[in-house]
Amino acid sequence: MSEINATSDGVMSADPSARYYVNEHHPENGTLLGFWLYLMSDCLIFACLFATYAVLGHSYAGGPTGVELFDLPLVAVNTALLLLSSITYGFAMLEMQRKGLRNTLIWLGITGLLGAGFIGIELYEFSHLIHQGAGPQRSGFLTAFFALVATHGLHVTFGIIWLVTLMFQLRKHGLTPENNRRLMCLSMFWHFLDVVWIGVFTFVYLMGVLT
Amino acid sequence: MFEDTSTTQLIFGRMSWESIPLHDPILLATFISVAIGGTAILALITRFKLWGTIWRDWITSIDHKKIGIMYIILGLVMLLRGFADALMMRAQQAIAFGDVAGYLPPHHYDQIFTAHGVIMIFFVAMPLVTGLMNYIVPLQIGARDVAFPFLNNFSFWMTTFGAGLTMVSLFVGEYATTGWLAYPPLSGILGSPGVGVDYYIWSLQIAGIGTLLSGVNLIVTIVKMRAPGMEMMKMPVFTWTALCTNVLIVAAFPVLTAVLAMLSMDRMPGTNFFTNDLGGNAMMYVNLIWIWGHPEVYILILPLFGVFSEVVSTFSGKRLFGYTSMVYATVVITILSYLVWLHHFFTMGSGASVNSFFGITTMIISIPTGAKIFNWLFTMYRGRIRFELPMMWTIAFMITFVIGGMTGVLLAVPPADFVLHNSLFLIAHFHNVIIGGVVFGFFAALNYWYPKAFGYKLDEFWGKLSFWCWVIGFYVAFMPLYVLGLMGVTRRMSQFQDPSLQIWFVIAAIGAVLILFGIIFLIVQLYVSFRRRHALRDVTGDPWNGRTLEWSTSSPPPVYNFAFTPRVHDNDTWADMKKQGYQRPRSGFTAIHMPKNTGAGFIIALLSTVVGFALIWHMWPLAILAFVATMAAIIIHTFNYERDYYIPAEEVIRTENARTAMLEQHV
Amino acid sequence: MVPLFIRCGLIFLSFALLAGCNTVVLNPAGDIAAQQGNLIVVSTALMLLIIVPVIVLTIFFAWKYRQSNTAAKYDPDWDHSTKLELVIWGAPLLIIIVLGLITWITTHTLDPYRPLSRIDAERPLPADHKPLVIEVVALDWKWLFIYPEQGIATVNELATPVDTPIQFKITASTYMNSFYIPALAGQIYAMAGMETKLHAVLNKPGTYEGFSANFSGDGFSHMRFKYHGLSSSDFETWVNDVKTQRDALDRPSYVALEKPSAREPVRRYGSVDPTLYHAILNRCVDEHATCMDKMMKHDHHRASGNNSVEHDAMKHNDMEHHEHHEHHE
Repeated sequence: MSEINATSDGVMSADPSARYYVNEHHPENGTLLGFWLYLMSDCLIFACLFATYAVLGHSYAGGPTGVELFDLPLVAVNTALLLLSSITYGFAMLEMQRKGLRNTLIWLGITGLLGAGFIGIELYEFSHLIHQGAGPQRSGFLTAFFALVATHGLHVTFGIIWLVTLMFQLRKHGLTPENNRRLMCLSMFWHFLDVVWIGVFTFVYLMGVLT
Repeated sequence: MFEDTSTTQLIFGRMSWESIPLHDPILLATFISVAIGGTAILALITRFKLWGTIWRDWITSIDHKKIGIMYIILGLVMLLRGFADALMMRAQQAIAFGDVAGYLPPHHYDQIFTAHGVIMIFFVAMPLVTGLMNYIVPLQIGARDVAFPFLNNFSFWMTTFGAGLTMVSLFVGEYATTGWLAYPPLSGILGSPGVGVDYYIWSLQIAGIGTLLSGVNLIVTIVKMRAPGMEMMKMPVFTWTALCTNVLIVAAFPVLTAVLAMLSMDRMPGTNFFTNDLGGNAMMYVNLIWIWGHPEVYILILPLFGVFSEVVSTFSGKRLFGYTSMVYATVVITILSYLVWLHHFFTMGSGASVNSFFGITTMIISIPTGAKIFNWLFTMYRGRIRFELPMMWTIAFMITFVIGGMTGVLLAVPPADFVLHNSLFLIAHFHNVIIGGVVFGFFAALNYWYPKAFGYKLDEFWGKLSFWCWVIGFYVAFMPLYVLGLMGVTRRMSQFQDPSLQIWFVIAAIGAVLILFGIIFLIVQLYVSFRRRHALRDVTGDPWNGRTLEWSTSSPPPVYNFAFTPRVHDNDTWADMKKQGYQRPRSGFTAIHMPKNTGAGFIIALLSTVVGFALIWHMWPLAILAFVATMAAIIIHTFNYERDYYIPAEEVIRTENARTAMLEQHV
Repeated sequence: MVPLFIRCGLIFLSFALLAGCNTVVLNPAGDIAAQQGNLIVVSTALMLLIIVPVIVLTIFFAWKYRQSNTAAKYDPDWDHSTKLELVIWGAPLLIIIVLGLITWITTHTLDPYRPLSRIDAERPLPADHKPLVIEVVALDWKWLFIYPEQGIATVNELATPVDTPIQFKITASTYMNSFYIPALAGQIYAMAGMETKLHAVLNKPGTYEGFSANFSGDGFSHMRFKYHGLSSSDFETWVNDVKTQRDALDRPSYVALEKPSAREPVRRYGSVDPTLYHAILNRCVDEHATCMDKMMKHDHHRASGNNSVEHDAMKHNDMEHHEHHEHHE
């Protein structure tokens, strides 16, 4: 990289000041730690939404309940799509490590399609609920439900936009260290959304229909 | 008045000519002054052809030092606005008794106290504290910048535009009339149908994103970018408090984001988070907002605790007493600040066991805080204390803050709180700790680090005048409020019936005027120091015989901070280096890798603000358009892979040689 | 140093002036408030044990170790002392333990929900005493008081007999307020759709101030009422006086009253619809609205899948509210 002047090789010199500085220093890259911290803050937002759902979850205001509304088979399909998309993203990461650009892009593409499928089904579910008069304005329960599930859906949507952008950037620059870092960040994001969905699926849908 | 055509509605939403408050003489006068002043500044900038410099060297700068300075400028400018609100409140409360209605009708007064609180916390205290941490932390840890320089710039502009959006509410529309935390149902769509609460929400959402990202940034900086040899327990105390502060930021601000988003959902699409009917629960808001709100006040004070540690140690010429204890105390305070939020609403009826738990945890925080005060005391013990301005501010803090802390522990006893909650006693308490702690601490920091940032010390005479006005003014303004609280007077009142209260309010108003002089003298101090800067020059870079690494650089430091990254062996690294006869290297400099300036942060923040403005006024097409533009700007920015450059070795050599020359001249 | 004297002087001046003005919080007429006022004094005294030495030491060390005092010992590397640390952490800890105990005990004995056990320090109350029940509704921006036993109601005027335990049941029509009479007892929030309770007793007759201690909008500054502490016979007279008023508080007159207005004059109602308070609390004054307690009972059954069990509506309502209180923290 840069030239090192021989006279400033501090370790061997008799100059006492030399122990107080180094000639070349490259601080460690903090991107992954930084992204992880951001993700934990995002987790806290979801925690607030889960807490709100716990408080308002039985406030039906005389309106429909989870038992009456939730279409579990559809949600099961949705869940399968999302979980599968996490697996395909994992494959993409494996290909990235093998430096296989083309295969990475293929697996990313499949992940994106599965994610889009998830969003599509979720949008269908929402429009069906709203048509029935079970929109977010109907009751505290429905407000909390829509807030939690839609926030998750919005995150997945942004994830898909990010994924498509990254695919373009990979085509343009290849599997550079910078792009690899971006893939790892998106990977953390995607799996995190998966984990949140498992929470949603369990506490909202499954427990919502249990008596 | 526009016709109610659908196109006009689409473009302008619920904005109309009535949104401009031409009928209000105070606002009209303010607008005219701001217009004249603003035009004058713009004209001067154009006249001196400074636009290029401002854009290239400041607006697009990713240098943590420039960004730190800009944060502090933002904080000081907003201090003027927030303080103007305070003066107006004091004036109204000093005269509005019996039949005298005062000059502020309730609806206006309510906006003023709301804006006062929001501005002082979010746009004065936060920027000042963030600015200090931004400027000093990389220098103290021997780094060249923060971990994410672009993000730093973006965070700054988000905060500034959030402040800007709040200021716009003065001239287009109105502000919230709910108090600074905007409890529903009053802040819901039925209680506040106008734009005020929406201005509140979107300014804070925008600024909040900036703060959150800044939190992530500084944590990664401190964790990953410390100079070789600087283990955690060798970091300066200010860096420790900065680390804990930023952990609090990352762990608290998301809650604010979530709860404000919920409030905006209740207001716009009409959901039922906090409504009275259809299953909402307003108590949920109170809990969530204070789960954010309590850590927030520790975010404000912890960095200043770090400042005091540095100042006491430096100006006593002595190592800080009990370094390990200080670190543990800071960490304990950080963790405990999450376990106390309910003490802000003991009176909401949570029951005795819940109230006691939170009361007791609140009291427990006073133990590590007390430990810190004692440790500063015992740093002074057997020291050689120089009463320069930073130390004067610190002594004033130590006496003032403990009084405020005492009243805080008092309020933490729930039955005592039942008679003092929301009274002027409470107001006196939190101003006591915020002014005594945050403001006094900031002025200590300002006088301490100003020479480092600008190359010359601040004028002492005007500084001392400002100091006395502030300190005496604070006591005259707020001690009467403790008395009024004990007389049963509650907060946020714009008119009173009992004439026996008036004398106390008049005394408080006098105190406010004294503080006004304190601020005026501060401005004079800044101006006079600039004029006298050659006489006040800091040549060595170490005007106070400092102990930490920032004092090893020139004043101001070069853009790359350190030509060679320091290697650390002990606490008080710079003191250690001086003791061992350290001589700064004069040769062997090489090219230095630095991040590039960029306008992307400014642009993305500006577009986000347009989204906020459009949402406030229900200008849906504009909101969608601006949102798409923001997303596009972000994506375009991510396509920029050319974000760094090298400062050529020749330039480094030149800069370092210039410093060598100056140091030799001085000796 | 002159300025420090100014500072100290101002603080002492405040205390001196306190003696000459009506610091009702420290000199109240009600037993609960008196206990709370005592608590303030005791807690302050405990803390001054630490605060005064700290302030004194600050001034003393600042003066003694000033740079010009070369006679004082200068020990620049002395930065640790385990013994001192033990005192530094231990002394405040001891104070907080004492204060913590006081807190636990008094928070329970002075819990607004807890029925009274005494009239004042000398006179206990029998466990089966019946308190005077008063229902309080915080409106925009005035206070409505309903006396269910007496069948009367007033706006912006409250009266009770002295030395008689009172049970306030408090709610609001829309915004969050706080019901506070400094001379009588601590405050408690008034919230729509929810009921809070306050138990208190007045020991001295007189006229006292009552108001809202939580900001609730433009009319907030004038949301005040006079509280009359009367002897038992005067109270009887007052009640009978109100009973003779022709105005009746029924649903239509309540709906008219509920409309936002500030600076309301005192109003008296000679008769009250006995179902009105329940309707206000459960947000079903309008006959077409479903009462919240019924709705919540229904929701609860549907949540637990149980459709056939009958519960007492009010009790269930109370349980639900209390559960809500617990769950939120």
